[in-house]
Parts: sequence; structure tokens; C-alpha cells
Amino acid sequence: MHMADALVAPAVAGTMYVCSAAAAAYSVKKVRLENDPKKIPVMGIMGAFVFAAQMINFTIPGTGSSGHLCGGMLLTALLGPYAGFLTMIGVLLIQCLLFADGGILALGCNIWNMAFYGCFLGALLIWKPMMKKGMSRGKIILASILGCVLTLQLGAFSVTVETLASGITALPFVTFVATMQPIHLAIGFVEGLITAAVLVFVYEARPELLFVSDAVKEAKSRFSFKKTMVILAVAAVVIAGAMSLAASSNPDGLEWSIEKITGSTEVENEGSVYDTAAAIQETTAVLPDYAFKNSDSALGTSFSGIIGGLVVVGVCVGACYIFKFFKKKES
Amino acid sequence: MSKIGNAIHEIHHMDLIAERDQWVNAIHPLIKFVITIAYIAVVVSFNKYDILGLAGMVVYPLAGFILADLSFKDSLKRLRIVLPLVCFIGIFNPFFDRIPVEILGIRMNAGVISMITLMMKGVFTVLASYLLIATTTIEKICYAFRLLRVPKILVTQILLTYRYITVLLEEVNRVTQAYALRAPKQKGVHFKVWGSLTGQLLLRSMDRAGVVYESMLLRGYRGTFDYIGSKAKVRPQDIAYLLFWIAVFILCRKVPILVVVGNMVGGLFV
Repeated sequence: MHMADALVAPAVAGTMYVCSAAAAAYSVKKVRLENDPKKIPVMGIMGAFVFAAQMINFTIPGTGSSGHLCGGMLLTALLGPYAGFLTMIGVLLIQCLLFADGGILALGCNIWNMAFYGCFLGALLIWKPMMKKGMSRGKIILASILGCVLTLQLGAFSVTVETLASGITALPFVTFVATMQPIHLAIGFVEGLITAAVLVFVYEARPELLFVSDAVKEAKSRFSFKKTMVILAVAAVVIAGAMSLAASSNPDGLEWSIEKITGSTEVENEGSVYDTAAAIQETTAVLPDYAFKNSDSALGTSFSGIIGGLVVVGVCVGACYIFKFFKKKES
Repeated sequence: MSKIGNAIHEIHHMDLIAERDQWVNAIHPLIKFVITIAYIAVVVSFNKYDILGLAGMVVYPLAGFILADLSFKDSLKRLRIVLPLVCFIGIFNPFFDRIPVEILGIRMNAGVISMITLMMKGVFTVLASYLLIATTTIEKICYAFRLLRVPKILVTQILLTYRYITVLLEEVNRVTQAYALRAPKQKGVHFKVWGSLTGQLLLRSMDRAGVVYESMLLRGYRGTFDYIGSKAKVRPQDIAYLLFWIAVFILCRKVPILVVVGNMVGGLFV
């Protein structure tokens, strides 16, 4: 479910970066308040553990396929929402840098889609309330499954909204959602079972490692879920509003994709959509029509592009080798 | 080689090439990070039909790979994750976006163009990220994060995670290999041992975290890390490198550079 850079528009990526940064800043503050220096190495090692454990293939009985561990929910159950969230950020960053799983620009989206839902909502809406009156095998299994299903459903929905808001796909909203949600329902259920199996093992072997004991104490004293959600909701609305204003002139933005999806005008009013697209193209290109001309000059422009491409590549390669030659001579 | 073995190999390989004594590697990490972000933002900002404008953005990865002596073949492996996802999203465009377009005299749906630009964006952004990580170690990237005021707690945690990924991957590799040898003809881990196999690993990791913390304290850890040993300063050539690439990106964004150059060269022969 990692989003690639190519799937997000800068406005959407920026909005999600700000939302994720707000959640990260709040988590940093919370972890600092805990003032537990031992927690940092535990977070580091657990991040590495999640990274490594996600490479294990778990056979799904009755099918030929395999599933993986749900990192967000596991970290939440072991480290709590705030430390778990920060750990997931580290995992996602390393995955994107080292393995191109996700992207640098899309990191804000990925943090929100996978870490925020898994750690914040998974912990505050499911894990903590369920474990408030004590833990049991059944509760752990139920919380894990519910947490993973909720995380993946919300994550998949966010991927859909972010991709459509970026104007990347021409797929209608309903079709896209109908494709994404059921697949992730099944994945969420399987990941929930795998996560539950691991957490039940930890509960039976070393129950003190699970997050619940702190959660109960914290719920009675400092915890204010309402406050967190209000701050994040207000931040999201303000930022989204500001960014949408800034992006309103951008043809790749939300307005364009909503027009594409709800209008479904390509077939019925082909001419008007064509005109709109052509107008957009003209406003964004210095040499108007070069991508859309249907006259003879379109052929010429395209050939110009190819010739230009070859020349630019040739000049670029040549210049780099000359630069390298002089650099070597210098050293 | 197994998937985990490949991952370990890839991490070691990236470490090796990022530490080479190349002048691109010596450029300040913050400068390289800013250039990468700027490049990716410019690439994804192109209109989905602006195939020729977007094609001009090839100059950065092309020049970067040559200057840093990087192998295109190695970088292409990284596309195996991004391209299927991008293709899945883009493959529907030709069916839903039926605006007629003519390119090189061939009539086609605009959806085909938007699908190709999406793939190009996917390839360019992955190559740019590779260029960054292949010329900058994680420690240096974390140092750049600190300069960007990313909280110390987060940066330290990222460094620790990175440091222990190979250790834990090797451990997972040993465990899964041992399991596979005892359970032949089995595709993955049987559901009866889902909990115990991973749980044992998790408990060992938690214990390891305690040992790591103690050894960090013994080595003088007081809550901060020295990210790259000596703190690098931004040099005039780093600023020049930044300004050069920003100017190129602006030029490529504003002017369809390939068409302009093509017209100029074509004009010489007419």
C-alpha cells in the first residue's frame, strides 16, 4: 500500500506532510514527557524488527498465497501510540530510501496512511479501550483483527482519495474505492490474525512487554484523546483549505479530478472536455498546443521533441564526461 | 538468493557505494536532499499530458548517474516495486480518458499519454531517490534532517533502526532458513507457528534492545549521536551545484526544452 512519488501531486503531498508532521510533533512531545531514555533504543530495535519480520511469508491456510505482519498495530501494542508512530516513520523512511518502497515526496501520505491510522486510531480507538479492564487472549485477537482491518481500510481509502485528488487516474471514484476496499479487507483480516498470533505469544511469555499497563494509568491521568483529535482535525482542515486555495489554479488538482469523476463527460460531451483539456494545456505550456495539436504541425512538434531529446541527451552526456575529465585532471 | 538475503546484500551494497570517494558524494547532504525534493516536486507537477515537457527532466538523473559513476542496471532493480503499482493505477487511463490525441501521426486516447507520463514520473522519481541514497549515507541524510530541525529523538531512532536492520535481517534469515530446512515443500511459515516463530524473534529483539542501551551508555551515550563525525559545512561549490540544478529544473518546467532544442537543431538544416 506504499504510495509512490508519481502518484501524488505536490499540493496533496505537501498537505499530507504537514498533517503527518503535526502528528509526529505531538508524538515527540508525548515521548519526551515519558522521559524514559531506554525507550529510544527499544524503538530503534523494534523498527528494525518490524522491517525484518515483514519479510517473513506466512502461509494462509486454504489458499496458495501468503501474508505479512501489520507493523503499525504490533508497534502500538508494544510501544504505545506515540513511540509506535515515531518508530513507523523510521521504518517507512528507510523502506523508501533503501528499497524504493514508497517515495520521498509521498512519505507524508504513507506516514498518514499506514502509521497514523495504525498507531493512533489502532491504539486510541481499539487497543486502549479494549484493554482498559484487563487483557485476555480473546481481547488481544479481537483488537488485533479490528485494528488491522480498520488501519488497512482507512489506509486504502486514503490512497484512493490522495490519488484521485492528485488527478493521477481517470478511474471513477466509486470504481476505485470498490476495487481497493475489498482487497484490503481480506489483507487486513489476515494481517490481523498474524499480528494476533505474535501478540498472544508475547502475552503468554512476557505480558509485561505489552502496552496495556501504561495505558490504564495514562487513561486515568494525562490522556486526552478528544484534545488530540480536535487539534489534528483543525490542523487538517486549515491546512487542506489553505493548500486547496493555493492549488485551485492547478489543473492537476482536486477540482480537475472531481470534474473528471462526477461529470463522466468524456463520452456524452466529448467536445467540451476536450476544449477544457486543451485550454488547460495552453495555459501551462510555453509553446501552446505542442502536446495536443491535431494538425500537421503536431507531427512536426513531436519530431522536434525527439530530435531535441536526442540533442539534449547528447549534450548532457558529453558535458558530464568533459566535466569529469577536467575534475580527474584536477585531482 | 532469498528475499531476505537480497535485502541484506542491497543494504551492504548501498553502504559501499554511498561511501565512495567521489566528488558528488562529497557535496553537502542538505544540498543533495533539497535538490532531490525539488526535482521530484517538479517532475510530479507536470500536467499528465505533458509528455515532451516531462521528458526534458531526464537530464538530472542522466547527468547524476554519469557524474557519480552509478550503474543504471542497479537502479532499475529498484523499479520492481514502484512500476507495478504505477502501472496498476495508470492502466485504466486509456479506458476512461478517451480524449483523442495525435502523436507522431498516430491517433490515440489521451489516456495512453497520461499512462506513459505516469510511468515516466515513476521512473524519474525512483532514479532521483536512488541518486540521493547512492551518493549519501544514511548518517549524512540524518545530519541533513537535523539541520532541517527534525527532532533529535526521531533522527536517533531512524539511525538505530538502520543500524540494526541488517542484524535482525540476518537473524530472520537464519530462522526462516532453519524452518525451511525442517519444513520442505512449504511456501511460508505454517499458521500453527505464526506466533511462536515471530514471537521468539521479537522477545530476543526486545532483550537485545536492553543490551544495546547498556552498551550505548558504556560508550558515553547521553541522548545525542555524532551524525557524521565531523560536521560538514556548506561550501561555495555546493551552493553553485544547488543553484545550477534549480535553474535547470525551472527551465525544464517553464520551457519544453526538447522541443525548443529540436526546433533549433532542425532550423540549422532547413
